[in-house]
Amino acid sequence: MAEYDLRIDYYPTHELQGIEYRRGHVLPFGATMVPNGVNFSVYSSASTSCSLVMFERGEPLPFAEIPFPEEFRIGNAYCMIVFDLDFESLEYGYRMDGPHDPANGHRFDNSKILSDPYAKAIGGRDTWMASPDWDNIYPFRSRLVFEDFDWEHDRPLQIPIEDLVIYEMHVRSFTMHPSSGAKYKGTFAGIREKIPYLKELGINCVELMPIYEFDEWEHSKLHSDTGQQLVNYWGYSTLNFFSPKAGYAASGKLGMQVDELKTLIKDLHSNGIEVFLDVVFNHTAEGDHRGPTISFKGIDNKTYYMLTPEGYYFNFSGTGNTLNCNNPVVRNMVLDCLRYWASEYHIDGFRFDLAAILGRAPDGSPLNNPPLLESLAFDPVLAKCKLIAEAWDAGGLYQVGNFPAYGRWAEWNGKYRDHIRQYLKGDAGRVGHLAQAIQGSPWLYPTRGTTAGINFITCHDGFTLYDLFAYNEKHNQANGENGNDGCNDNESWNCGCEGECDDTEINALRYRQIKNALTILLVSQGVPMIYMGDEMGRTQHGNNNTYCHDNELNWLNWALKDKNADLFAFARHMIVFRKAHPVLRNRDHFTYSDYKNTGFADITFHGANPYQADFSEGSRVFACMLNGQYAKNGAETDDHIYIATNSYWDAVVLELPQLPGGMHWHTSVNTGMPNGASYFDLGQEPVVEHPKHFILGPRSAIVLIGK
Amino acid sequence: MAFTITSEISEGIAKLTLSGSLDSSSASMMQLEVQKVATQSPTALVLYVSELEFMSSAGLRMLIFAKQKLGTSVQIYIVQPQGQIVDTLQMTGIIHSVHIVDNYPA
Repeated sequence: MAEYDLRIDYYPTHELQGIEYRRGHVLPFGATMVPNGVNFSVYSSASTSCSLVMFERGEPLPFAEIPFPEEFRIGNAYCMIVFDLDFESLEYGYRMDGPHDPANGHRFDNSKILSDPYAKAIGGRDTWMASPDWDNIYPFRSRLVFEDFDWEHDRPLQIPIEDLVIYEMHVRSFTMHPSSGAKYKGTFAGIREKIPYLKELGINCVELMPIYEFDEWEHSKLHSDTGQQLVNYWGYSTLNFFSPKAGYAASGKLGMQVDELKTLIKDLHSNGIEVFLDVVFNHTAEGDHRGPTISFKGIDNKTYYMLTPEGYYFNFSGTGNTLNCNNPVVRNMVLDCLRYWASEYHIDGFRFDLAAILGRAPDGSPLNNPPLLESLAFDPVLAKCKLIAEAWDAGGLYQVGNFPAYGRWAEWNGKYRDHIRQYLKGDAGRVGHLAQAIQGSPWLYPTRGTTAGINFITCHDGFTLYDLFAYNEKHNQANGENGNDGCNDNESWNCGCEGECDDTEINALRYRQIKNALTILLVSQGVPMIYMGDEMGRTQHGNNNTYCHDNELNWLNWALKDKNADLFAFARHMIVFRKAHPVLRNRDHFTYSDYKNTGFADITFHGANPYQADFSEGSRVFACMLNGQYAKNGAETDDHIYIATNSYWDAVVLELPQLPGGMHWHTSVNTGMPNGASYFDLGQEPVVEHPKHFILGPRSAIVLIGK
Repeated sequence: MAFTITSEISEGIAKLTLSGSLDSSSASMMQLEVQKVATQSPTALVLYVSELEFMSSAGLRMLIFAKQKLGTSVQIYIVQPQGQIVDTLQMTGIIHSVHIVDNYPA
């Protein structure tokens, strides 16, 4: 035995089969390295007994199973320190006994070995899509990790949220395509290889779709017609909230996923790019009463899940079960988890999947003052993290605009997405909504400012930006669900032909529409979010729900960057333009007044004629002018910016608002220019040909700067 | 495979020769050697690793430990690493903190 720490509380008092142990510390929960040993602590309120089950890494049978003596149980927690364990080769779990009484919420099963809810790594899914051993008595094994990573001087970047350009991406999809050129395809290390690309594009925040450990084999099946293997590709089904997905790490088979992910984050930070995680706390991979027992279900089912009076699972997530987030024990687990990711992984922000669920009481009713949301908002460790809600759930609770924010929470602005899509396809009566959207949706967030809204037109759910203008209908046949999956209200328009076509005019229109969308997105107040690949015209061939495809439907084809070089250059320009113009990044809403006596209000609205905005049903033309003297709500000075859009099928002649003496309008963006040239580089913007008039092409957008 | 390590200081250069598997069970041996050579304030650390077959997460930590113990100005050279060791260093980014060389002096 190694030389012991002199502290009496790190000295063994018990021994079983040569393994020495003693009563442990209740907190923190989970497995924690202590001098000469590991402290194990797990909560369970209704179990009658618990054993610690330990395996050598990968071995089919445990090398030891130690029952927690009664005196090791403090309150509802079992705690034990076991000495002389090999941190790297140890896999552990718990065997809990207690009533199997589903009607009263209890599902204990002492034949199961259970993963630790606080495990920092999970073994058993070390390599993506490796065939599982279905006879494994403990397939998802809790493991220990070192937490002494050398961060050097790194810390979360704390970029003001209004200055972010978020890039939503899937870890595996980003570099898995053969065209990526990455050495470590489909992994965290692969993303590191592509950091120069992210910098070239100009984004300063990546939002990673779920990276918590999940089981890609969950609900896997073969397509009945094509025989194609369908899997849980996106990962919105958490196995463990503290563990990064080993299969996303090139070094996962060596158990180094933690090092690899932290290295990625450190390198992204050193390149000025924040890292957000898309976190899924609304449900788990255990599903309903028919699902497997992996962890929570066998540890304390009644605590961790929302149950009906009959003991079945409420299903506000649409996936079988709902985590009981406002139970104090579960609330603390969520807090512990996010604190861990913020402190140990230097995560800059979190996007909460189906966050409306987090505001529900254990019986499913919406709470007026949800304790979990309040706790997260005021948590000292999370104080600088961005918190973003997907403010709806599958149970029908839709809270966009009124998610309990506590001055902290932002929301995915689903209304923005819908209204911009409707405007772009030319629907009538949308100009007023466009005006609101470009201002940062003051109608939704009158007191919360522009940064309450994360603006997006596309995301992982739904059509890509290219498909938005190439398909009227979803084409989800590859999913094997007879087209029953995926949303039907896409607000898309195929520009005259469903899917791929050879018509030059239609294709030109599609790319113009993409540019129009990017223009609106990146000049809108609020926080823009781009979905991976939209900057190079990525297509899912009309599939608006590619959750189950580990293939080219999801993988980013990097050849598109060359094929659609003009589009990529345009997207890059719009990001550069946004970053160069602080007047596009106000934190507070416009006042519609000239409180600094500059000669113009901070924002003015226009139509074909200056100061005559047309919000009527038949109008499809909108223009606004941002006063550069009111950049960052008056704290900075910028150029004047004039934005005009036309979703009408004919050109219109705009009369431009006059600028103060000596100033001229210059063209930065004009998506209606022929031959694909749609923008001018910063500092190279030409003076507009006619000082008073501008022909705004059909289905086009322009951005002029006054200087 | 069992881990072995030897060390020597020559003209201010610390030279460690490693073989076998550097993991959590053997990392403490390397830690002791690094601490030992650190007392003589070497100007560089050279790791001869052609016989090192595996490096785990605990092994990576020993490189970082060496960097911190000796000071960031002391360069670390890794001589003739096997492919898997290079992969490990690449995947986890540690490769940027060391010099991979065929011979020392390079």
